[in-house]
Amino acid sequence: MAEHPIIEAKDVGLIFQTDDEPIIALKDVSLQVNKGEFISFIGPSGCGKTTFLRAIAALEKPTAGLLKVNNVTPELARQARTYGYVFQAAGLYPWRNIASNIKLPLEIMGFQKQEIKERVRKVLDLVDLTGFEKKYPWQLSGGMQQRVSIARALSFDAELLLMDEPFGALDEIVRDYLNEQLLKLWKSTEKTICFVTHSIPEAVYLSTKIVVMSPRPGRIIDVINSELPSERPLEIKDTPEFIEIAQRVREGLRLGHSYD
Amino acid sequence: MTKNFFPIISILCFIIFLWYIFSVVLNSSWALDKAERSSKTLTFKELVADTWSQKKPKLPAPHQVFSEIWDTTFNKKITSKRSLVYHGWITFSATVAGFVFGTALGVILAIAIVHDRATDLSVMPWIITSQTIPILALAPMIIVVLGSIGFTGLMPKAVISMYLSFFPVVVGMVKGLRSPEILEIDLMRTWSASRSQIFFKLRIPKSLPYFFTSLKLGMAASLVGAIVGELPSGAIAGLGARMLAGSYYGQTIQIWSALFSAAILAATLISAISLIQRIVLKRMAWSG
Repeated sequence: MAEHPIIEAKDVGLIFQTDDEPIIALKDVSLQVNKGEFISFIGPSGCGKTTFLRAIAALEKPTAGLLKVNNVTPELARQARTYGYVFQAAGLYPWRNIASNIKLPLEIMGFQKQEIKERVRKVLDLVDLTGFEKKYPWQLSGGMQQRVSIARALSFDAELLLMDEPFGALDEIVRDYLNEQLLKLWKSTEKTICFVTHSIPEAVYLSTKIVVMSPRPGRIIDVINSELPSERPLEIKDTPEFIEIAQRVREGLRLGHSYD
Repeated sequence: MTKNFFPIISILCFIIFLWYIFSVVLNSSWALDKAERSSKTLTFKELVADTWSQKKPKLPAPHQVFSEIWDTTFNKKITSKRSLVYHGWITFSATVAGFVFGTALGVILAIAIVHDRATDLSVMPWIITSQTIPILALAPMIIVVLGSIGFTGLMPKAVISMYLSFFPVVVGMVKGLRSPEILEIDLMRTWSASRSQIFFKLRIPKSLPYFFTSLKLGMAASLVGAIVGELPSGAIAGLGARMLAGSYYGQTIQIWSALFSAAILAATLISAISLIQRIVLKRMAWSG
C-alpha cells in the first residue's frame, strides 16, 4: 500500500467576500502532513491558521488551489470520519451528562448501543476521566471539560485530530498538565494531530513540525522540523535545543509581522 | 419559604387594607345620599358599615367579593347558570382548546421559519401584523363569520384564543430554535449530522427553556382571548359573559368575583405549566 500524506495542500487560497472589500484569509498555502506527525500552526490573529484548520475540516471552502485530506476532498474525508475536531470552547451540551455528551457523535454516526458503551468507557479512560460519566458539564472544571471534548473527538476513532487552540482559555498550570497528557495520548494512539496555538512554548513542546504563519494575506512563513526527542518531560523547556527552536519560531513571527 | 412568608403576607395585608379604605371612600357618597334622603345623620361607624355592605357598591369590599365567590362556587349546583364553576368551566375549556391549537400552530410556524428563509421573510411580517389589530375589534367578526358557517359555542372562542396565543409561541420558539451557537452547529457539522439530527439533538433540547416561557405567555393570552370571545354576540355562559351581565345590571360584586375567578384560573393554569417545566427540565438536567 502506497503511503500518501494525510493532508496535502497545494497553493490553497481562501477569500472571504465581505461588504466593503474581500479579505484574503489564505494565500498560496502549500503543506504536506504525514501520518503520525504532530503539527502546530502558530501566528498572530488573522494569519489564517484557524481558517486553514476549518478548510481541512470542510467547514470553509478554499477558493483556490488543491486541498486533499486522506487523499480525498475534505467533504468526503469528513463523511469517512477521518477527523475529530476540538474547538477552543469545549461545547458540551449542558443537558447531557459526560457519558452522553461523548455518546452524541456516536449516536449521530449510528453506532450500535453496546459498542457506544464500550467506546465511551475507552476514551474516558484515555483522558483519565473514568468515574465522571454521570457528572454534568457544569460540575467539571474548564480543563476537565476540555478533556471531555478531546475524548468526544477521539470516540469514533478518527485518524486525524484537529485542535483549534484547545487550551487557549485555560491557565498556564492546567495548560502544562494538559500538554503533557496530550503528548502521552498522541504517542499511545498514534494519531496525526494538527494543533493551532498562540503560544510559542506550547508549539515547541508539543510538535514534530511547527508551521509559522503571518497575516494580511494569511500565508506560511516558515516550517520548522523539531529535532527534540520524543520523550519530553516539562523540564525540556529549559534545554538549549528547546530554546533554539523557540528562537527560530520567534524570528519567523517577527519576520511576518508588518507592524502596520 | 419561611423567609419569604413575612413579606408576602405583609404585602397581601397592605393590599387588602388599601382596598377597604378605597371602598369606604368610593361608596360613601351613595351612603350619605341615602342617609340625607331619609334625613338621618350617620356616625362614622355607621358610614363605614354601610359602605362595606351595599348591594351595588362602586367598589365592593373584599369580604363581599369573596363571600360571593364562595357562595357561587360551593353553594350552587355546578350545572346552575349561577354557578361560578359552570362559567369557569366554559371559559376554561375554550382557553385550553385555543391554547393547544395556538401552541401547535406556533411551533409549526417556528419550525418552518427557522428552516426556510423564504418562509421567514414572507410569513413573519403577517404574523406581526396579525397582532397589531385590536382583538376587541376582531373578535365579533370571527364570531359572526364562524357562526354563519355553523360554528358556535366553544369553537369561535377557541379560535380567538388561538389567534392570541400562537404569537408568543412563534416568537419564543424561533428564538429558541435559533439559540444554538455557531460552535455547537459547527461541531454537529464535523460529525456530518443531518438537518434532522441537528434539529432533534440540538435545536429542540436547546429551545425547551424558551418553549416553556412561551407557553406561559400563550396561556395568559389564551385566557384573555376566551374572555374577549365571550363578551360580544350575547354569549350567555363563561366568565366573560358573567362580567358583561354584571355590568349590564350594575352587579359590581358579580363582576369582581368573575374577575377574581379569571385570575385564579390563570394562576392555576400557569402554575401547572411551571410544574411541568420543572419536571421536564430536571429530567433533562437542564436546571444545572
